[in-house]
Amino acid sequence: MRSAKVQLVCYWVFLLWCSLCGVSFDTPASDQTLEKIQELSPYFETIPGTNIKFEMVPIAGGSFLMGSPVDEPGHSPDESPQHQVTIRPFWMGRFEVTWDEYDQFAFKQQIINERALGGPQQKGVADALTRPTPPYADESFGYGKGRQPAISMTYHAAMEYCRWLSAVTGKLYRLPTEAEWEYAARAGSKTAYSFGHDVATLGAYAWYAENSSGAPQVVGKKKPNAWGLYDMHGNVAEWCIDQYDKDFYSTLRSGISIGPVLLPDERRYPHVVRGGSWDDHPARLRSAARLASRKEWSKRDPQRPQSIWWHTEAITVGFRVVRPVVEQEVLKGIKSRITRQSPD
Amino acid sequence: MNAQKHSRRDFLKTSTAAAMGVTMAARIKAMPGVYAAGNDSIRIGLIGCGGRGTGAAVNALSAAPGVKLIAMADAFKDRLDESRKNVAETITKQIEKEAEGAKITDKFDVSDNHCFVGLDAYQKLLSVSDINYVILATPPAFRPAHLEAAVAAGKNIFTEKPVAVDGTGIRSVLATYEKALAKRLAIAAGTQRRHQTGYLETMKLIHAGRIGDLVAARCYWNQGGLWKKDRQPGWSDLEWQMRNWLYFTWLSGDHIVEQHVHNIDVINWAMNAHPTSALGMGGRQVRTDPSYGHIFDHFTIDYEYENGAHLMSMCRQQDGTDKNVSEALTGTKGNATTQASQRYVIKSEKPWQFPRESDNEPYQQEHVDLIASIRASKPINELKNVAESTLTAIMGRMSAYTGKRVTWEQAMNSTESLVPPKLEWGPLPMPGVALPGLTPLL
Repeated sequence: MRSAKVQLVCYWVFLLWCSLCGVSFDTPASDQTLEKIQELSPYFETIPGTNIKFEMVPIAGGSFLMGSPVDEPGHSPDESPQHQVTIRPFWMGRFEVTWDEYDQFAFKQQIINERALGGPQQKGVADALTRPTPPYADESFGYGKGRQPAISMTYHAAMEYCRWLSAVTGKLYRLPTEAEWEYAARAGSKTAYSFGHDVATLGAYAWYAENSSGAPQVVGKKKPNAWGLYDMHGNVAEWCIDQYDKDFYSTLRSGISIGPVLLPDERRYPHVVRGGSWDDHPARLRSAARLASRKEWSKRDPQRPQSIWWHTEAITVGFRVVRPVVEQEVLKGIKSRITRQSPD
Repeated sequence: MNAQKHSRRDFLKTSTAAAMGVTMAARIKAMPGVYAAGNDSIRIGLIGCGGRGTGAAVNALSAAPGVKLIAMADAFKDRLDESRKNVAETITKQIEKEAEGAKITDKFDVSDNHCFVGLDAYQKLLSVSDINYVILATPPAFRPAHLEAAVAAGKNIFTEKPVAVDGTGIRSVLATYEKALAKRLAIAAGTQRRHQTGYLETMKLIHAGRIGDLVAARCYWNQGGLWKKDRQPGWSDLEWQMRNWLYFTWLSGDHIVEQHVHNIDVINWAMNAHPTSALGMGGRQVRTDPSYGHIFDHFTIDYEYENGAHLMSMCRQQDGTDKNVSEALTGTKGNATTQASQRYVIKSEKPWQFPRESDNEPYQQEHVDLIASIRASKPINELKNVAESTLTAIMGRMSAYTGKRVTWEQAMNSTESLVPPKLEWGPLPMPGVALPGLTPLL
């Protein structure tokens, strides 16, 4: 009884703290809240029931010029036109999601079921979640697990991971919008890379084709960008929440776009992937470079329907999570609409 | 489509250019000749409409022009319906991208009276005289009977691996192989690594002596668990087992046969031989719930070849354990490692590496090669190779189940006959888990 009282007191203290800080999970926040977030610190999230932690970094709201100028070396037409974007504050994973974290989602419940252990089965809200079907071989493709970035999951799987993570932590986690991703990757810079234009410096910040020895690398071994985010350039390319449209930037109305996002439909492809990878040349690692997922990423999946959870060729693709301070209206309740019946 | 262009990896490592030349040449050679409309059209019947059978049908329909799916058979109506819908939708989308005037019935024309359901559905399908190409993709238990009937009916065959679950089945398959040769029927097997450019190039070098004489090998299929279907009210024992066929030795051969046969086949291919004996162990350690049938969840086998070389083979289906699906060969002058679609590396005086970017789509290539061989009247027949690799895996399982060293002759002449002689929807007791030292060697 006594510990229950202590818990109750702690809960009210927590709520009081939340209201003082202006932290709000699903109620609209005032402009004052947006200011306050800038004073918040990074925090560690522990996946409940495990000792596995990941770190979230606060990203202050602001405006930036999204896309790249046509004279930037490596520029691609889908990065035009450059346009002003305003981003609301959010937290972002300091590192890409690792296998340590992803395995909790993808395999833990299966282990419990398979070994006939009887529990602890996750009840309640988690019952509504879906889990990846088991992959046929080695989803890490021999690159190792642990602190290696998780790879080869589909967009649908990355989206469902976020939903699972939100359910088990009680906080709203999701994939970044493409605009949030580029804003965070630039970290205030206007150059091709967050550290400038000089490719000669890239190796200090990124794993890419010329220094990765043909494999993804343990997260966080290179220099972070100015906002403390690691591996935004290179290592694994990262899923964003947006559907990909090469002309998306020209569809945005003139002036400043606030939190632009191209909402996904039920098609399996194409979705946005950002940041380039360990297997890419420098141009693909630029802050503005955009990549679209495509069905060739499952070309060696011999089953029909092909898996909606695992790609066979996406060994260069992973993701990181964000947590909005205040979720924008259009993204509330968003979830992947992809099913086994979904078209390519 | 600019993004797609840019997403292609434009960097290739050193030695790539030469290897690319070889690859492209191999691909061009594998392309069927320009299709002349007429009697060399391929008319497919699909037997076994699960995920793989459906995938194989799509692969075949995309492999060459003049190929059409005209009949389907499965034990279960729901599986057939789902498969039929999936192929129709996939091919419709493909057609849309092709030339004006192309219509779905050019590739997919499966009428209701060409859909066969039940345990004897394969016989009904094989009696459709228009069919000249069948895809056999049911659980392995039925493969010997299906192969025999398909050859008797004069059909060319794509058969999934493995091709049997016991020595009795293998003897039947080898007899069928001889009959197919005599009838000049073409047979390709779903051991798709033999149609994968990276493996083909690696094997060429190994067979040319690049790593010297082979003295040892390793192969692995270590992974987590696979799918399972919860038993539904109204399912008989047989239906429950067939819908969960992976977990019953009579249906799948156990995972060493069903899955690991791929890696074992690579070593047999490299050795140009099959092992002469096996000494293995294994068990059912963590996947113990009866809903997972009675198969093992891990095996390790020490195989010996006639030249004295040993193969260490490992396979495991346990979640949360380290995974590895690959092969390795040690020779007197170097070694080779292969991992499908991922890495093909030779270390020797002349090191070599096949670039992943240049690898092909083996699941489609096996149909490209099969169809080309039919049209050129030079029928390929891979049944003996896949039968020997299947028996290699069976020999390993027999050793692990019984605890005895098992020779090739013992496996080949085994009286073990796991498939019930007469199958009917109804009760079918599940065998116990094999107990080494107690389970008899038959």
